[in-house]
Amino acid sequence: MSKRLHLYIGLVLVLIVAGAVLVSYLWLPFAPDDTSGGRLAPPGGDHLLGTDKLGRDLLTQLLIGGRIALGTALGAVAVGGVLGLSAGLLAGFATRWLDDAAAVVLDILIAFPTLLLAMLIVAGSGASLGTAILAIGLAMAAIVARLVRVLVKQVLGRDFITAARVAGVSWPRIVLSHVLPNIAPVLLVNLALQAGLAVLAEASLSYLGLGTPPPNASWGRMLFEAQATVLTSPVAAIAPGLALVTLVIGMNLTADGLRLGVSDADR
Amino acid sequence: MLSYLLRRTAILIGSLVLAAVALFVLLRLLPGDPANALLPVGATPEQIEAARRELGTDASLPAQFLTWLHDVVTLDLGKSLISTLPVGPEITARLPVTVPLTLAAFVLAVLIAVPVGVLAAARAGRWYGPVLNAVAQLGIAVPAFWVGLLLITAFALRLRILPAGGFPPDGWGDPGTAIESLVLPVVTVALVMSASLIRYVRSATLGVLGADYLRTARALGSSPAQAFWRHGLRNAAVPVIAVLAMELATTFLGAVVVESVFALPGLGSLLVRGISQHDYPVVQGVMLVSTATVLVVGFLGDLAQRLVDPRLRQRGAS
Repeated sequence: MSKRLHLYIGLVLVLIVAGAVLVSYLWLPFAPDDTSGGRLAPPGGDHLLGTDKLGRDLLTQLLIGGRIALGTALGAVAVGGVLGLSAGLLAGFATRWLDDAAAVVLDILIAFPTLLLAMLIVAGSGASLGTAILAIGLAMAAIVARLVRVLVKQVLGRDFITAARVAGVSWPRIVLSHVLPNIAPVLLVNLALQAGLAVLAEASLSYLGLGTPPPNASWGRMLFEAQATVLTSPVAAIAPGLALVTLVIGMNLTADGLRLGVSDADR
Repeated sequence: MLSYLLRRTAILIGSLVLAAVALFVLLRLLPGDPANALLPVGATPEQIEAARRELGTDASLPAQFLTWLHDVVTLDLGKSLISTLPVGPEITARLPVTVPLTLAAFVLAVLIAVPVGVLAAARAGRWYGPVLNAVAQLGIAVPAFWVGLLLITAFALRLRILPAGGFPPDGWGDPGTAIESLVLPVVTVALVMSASLIRYVRSATLGVLGADYLRTARALGSSPAQAFWRHGLRNAAVPVIAVLAMELATTFLGAVVVESVFALPGLGSLLVRGISQHDYPVVQGVMLVSTATVLVVGFLGDLAQRLVDPRLRQRGAS
């Protein structure tokens, strides 16, 4: 009951944000660079949430921020998932010293916290949305690789793998039809959690001025800009934060619901 | 225990060296020539060559690495490309902000998380158990900088009882003002950290509450609270301690972001400034200090875990 509830609430929250982003591709209340509303207009009337200090419509900015947040989540999970899965599979099949070496290298990579690693990459290649996504994805890859390595080791120790080997099944086929389906559920849960972390990391980078450069409205960047005018226009400091929390908690609850479902299936 | 200590120390030293190599390679592999940071746009090739020679980036990579490693071991972290001040003293000058902020936030987070996490598990059947859990769930989805922004709005701008940011220029020369300016940052980092800690404490406690030895203690006449405090807490502490070491590292990272929210002159703001100005020696220095701290804390966490749990010690010996 409760696990269903987690999953449903999580999915509904994510779908609300995803739906708003889809709508933003068909219709926006104003053009992103339209400053006709005047600076710091209060909420109401034409501008449902008011305008920012440059006179841009806040709801429009918020919707565009949603595109960036979802894009980051999908992009970083794609980069981290593909790289992490490949590296983890290779490390999982490695034996003896190669395996020890892989484990130590992954441990060290994980000792660099995601945000620091992302900052390091931004330091070299300059702040942009692409860099931020790539950086977060690379940091995520280390975490995914370590998880996949452990999972693969567990699966390879099971009897049905030995049986498949004895039956003469080739290794690539074993990976495709035995290893991947067995590690997929746990991996999926982890990726859902990582998606939420990626959204938070991008927002932090953008807040620090190391993510999406202006004029693109990342939620992190909107919050940074709203900090100076928080007393005159509190909505600008609250709306992007609420949107951020909605999306991240949606992703976390989805992961939670999936995890409870997975551990149920094991029993 | 001694053989474990030796092995674990060897791993620590190995990872420190590997981390230094990784940091060096990563910063060198990245596109962008640090010489550009020194030069105006449209510099001549001769000027670029001269700048590279001055930075030592004209030498081969292994040679650069050996020079750098030698400098690091002798605690010379180089000079900032922008201010030309040595990086080492610049980092030391910022520790009086970052270290108290991290430690105070960490202690506060533990003080919040342990009782709340234990309650959330022990009172799962009452209304406030699930509520506490839901609040923690909400907390891990909230970015630290937004919490800071909301706290500034409430306590600095509306109520006007605490400063909105900054740190006294003479540092701890005036302890009262220094403490005042750290209150909101500490609370911000602690609130965010405690959210994830609560979840760990809760699940560790839940794991212990169903244990046979607690039922035995109850059968021997202990009250539920007595049984938990005398037998359960230490068992629940084992997984939490491993997490705590990682959390201390995360607290430090939280401090990095929150320092920017409150305009505090700490390591985090130094790092952010270094990155936006492409000031390689500064970035390298701060990263090196942070990574080393994270690795050493992880090492201490592993040792602490063995001190609390004798079973781990025995397994290591056999």
